[in-house]
Amino acid sequence: MSGPHDVAVVGAGPAGLAAAVEAAEAGLAVALIDAAGQPGGQYWRHYDETHPRRDDHVGQHGWQTFTGLRERLHALRDTGRIHYLPGHQVWLITRDETGAFTLQMTGVVTRSERSLVARALILCAGGYDRQLPVPGWDLPGVMAAGGVQALVKGHRTLAGKRAVVAGTGPFLLPVATGLARSGATVAAVVEANDTLGWLRDPFGAVSSPAKGGEAVQYAAAMARRRIPYRTRTAVREILGDRRVEGVRVAKVDRDGRPVGPEREIAADLVAFGWGFTPSLELPLMLGVETRKDVDGSLVVVVDGLQRSSVESVYVAGEGTGVGGAALAVDEGRLSALALAASLRPISLRPTSLGPTTASAEIPRLQRRILRARRFAAAMHRTYPVPRAWTEWLSESTLVCRCEEVSYGELHRAHDDLGAEDPRTLKMLARPGMGWCQGRVCGFATAGIAACLSRRETTSEDLRALSTRSFAAPVALGELAELADDMTSGDATEDLM
Amino acid sequence: MTSQDASKKFPRLQMAFRGTPIPTEPGQSVGAALVAAGILGWRSTRKGGRPRGLFCGIGVCFDCLITIDGVPDQRACLIPAADGMRLADDAHDEEDDDVRPA
Repeated sequence: MSGPHDVAVVGAGPAGLAAAVEAAEAGLAVALIDAAGQPGGQYWRHYDETHPRRDDHVGQHGWQTFTGLRERLHALRDTGRIHYLPGHQVWLITRDETGAFTLQMTGVVTRSERSLVARALILCAGGYDRQLPVPGWDLPGVMAAGGVQALVKGHRTLAGKRAVVAGTGPFLLPVATGLARSGATVAAVVEANDTLGWLRDPFGAVSSPAKGGEAVQYAAAMARRRIPYRTRTAVREILGDRRVEGVRVAKVDRDGRPVGPEREIAADLVAFGWGFTPSLELPLMLGVETRKDVDGSLVVVVDGLQRSSVESVYVAGEGTGVGGAALAVDEGRLSALALAASLRPISLRPTSLGPTTASAEIPRLQRRILRARRFAAAMHRTYPVPRAWTEWLSESTLVCRCEEVSYGELHRAHDDLGAEDPRTLKMLARPGMGWCQGRVCGFATAGIAACLSRRETTSEDLRALSTRSFAAPVALGELAELADDMTSGDATEDLM
Repeated sequence: MTSQDASKKFPRLQMAFRGTPIPTEPGQSVGAALVAAGILGWRSTRKGGRPRGLFCGIGVCFDCLITIDGVPDQRACLIPAADGMRLADDAHDEEDDDVRPA
């Protein structure tokens, strides 16, 4: 066990990396725990740094921001100011009577440390692609858009030769162009919404001109590579026997109801993304207050200093609302500066910025964060999950991939057994009870429960499918070790 | 880059999936190497016997579970490929299909 650290930062993506280096440079003793073997998170995922290629950063955005943060991380690690634990996943956080947190960890491959103690937490666990079930979506060759991107960026691997990228949102564009650049044919990008929609919210759109520029770049790249971009279109069914052979698409109306003629597109890879789901296992375990965000995801409520409702627990990045990497970096920095300021008077802190700049930095970051949040909200309103998506489902469509629960089974649990809310649905039909614990089907199951009861999803619905006993799967042996630790502690007390 | 250049720069590693050799490069995950070799499904579901492989690709969904060197339920998307790894969809298959000398 190591510690006590002033702060444990969980996650080394844009938010966590920024939080860790900022906190360490402000003089705090920092532990940085990350599941991946190297920093960057999903956004700056890149190939194994010990086998680099010159073009590894091609297609990356904000790469210099990343390499700058990584250099600072390495320097701070080498001087012992950041205790960096890559390849570790936190699966349990407990708090003792002094308020100190104990983090239990498991290794993705191997584990160098079992637990550590910290006086504060900055949780930056990021998120993953949100999914909606559709007939045939469990066929091999159907993947999350982010997973396809991870294969390209992190493993130099193409998941297929002829791809359809489908769902909604601006993230579909870099996935499509990344595939095309790596040599795949992108047969179509299938976007459920009408992308002109974001002009309806000019206030949000102009609040982040840099993002608008990025969109123009992608549009140009799509045109250059002749990738068809089909808006107001949705995948109705994945075709194939033991693997993907194609998709059936249809024009849809504003709510996602099929309105036009259907057509088939041949493909051996389908990349789906319907926005993102923040990873909230750790904040929920600590009992933080949550809310339903503009995009329908469950997120943590934070104040203007990234503080959650639980004392000494800060949250930054996607966990506070999906908003992208630049915003995540700002939130990470703000949380670290705010924490440092709460522990020491600002004027006394030795920081790379110098005392005056550091105190000016907090309001500056707050203004940038507000602006970026407005932009994110505009994007969410432009690319919503279509209201009528559950109408795409047939009785046999699988909703929970782990426990193999079909839409028909959920329907019957509602109609025959009276399951009105996701918690009851989960108990009676078992969606979200398998290996992934509802990470993949949670959003859909909450939506189905609400739709069957003719109401909107609530944050309570989402919370019912997001709360997990452990934040990561652990071997029985690791549980036993923890139990042994606790028992031996008791035994020692008994002897004294 | 030609394959000869590639082999100079990146020594080719090899794994075995139910007796089939799976070439890989250092830094690739087990799942990436399987997909690159054209193997998309390596597990069957308990109820429906449906094929499963990579889905989320980043350690969230557990669709890609695989037995590596006799250790079951490993996430293929997260485990780095290593030379000589024996892959199977469960421990039983590995014994049946392993062609490598013991």
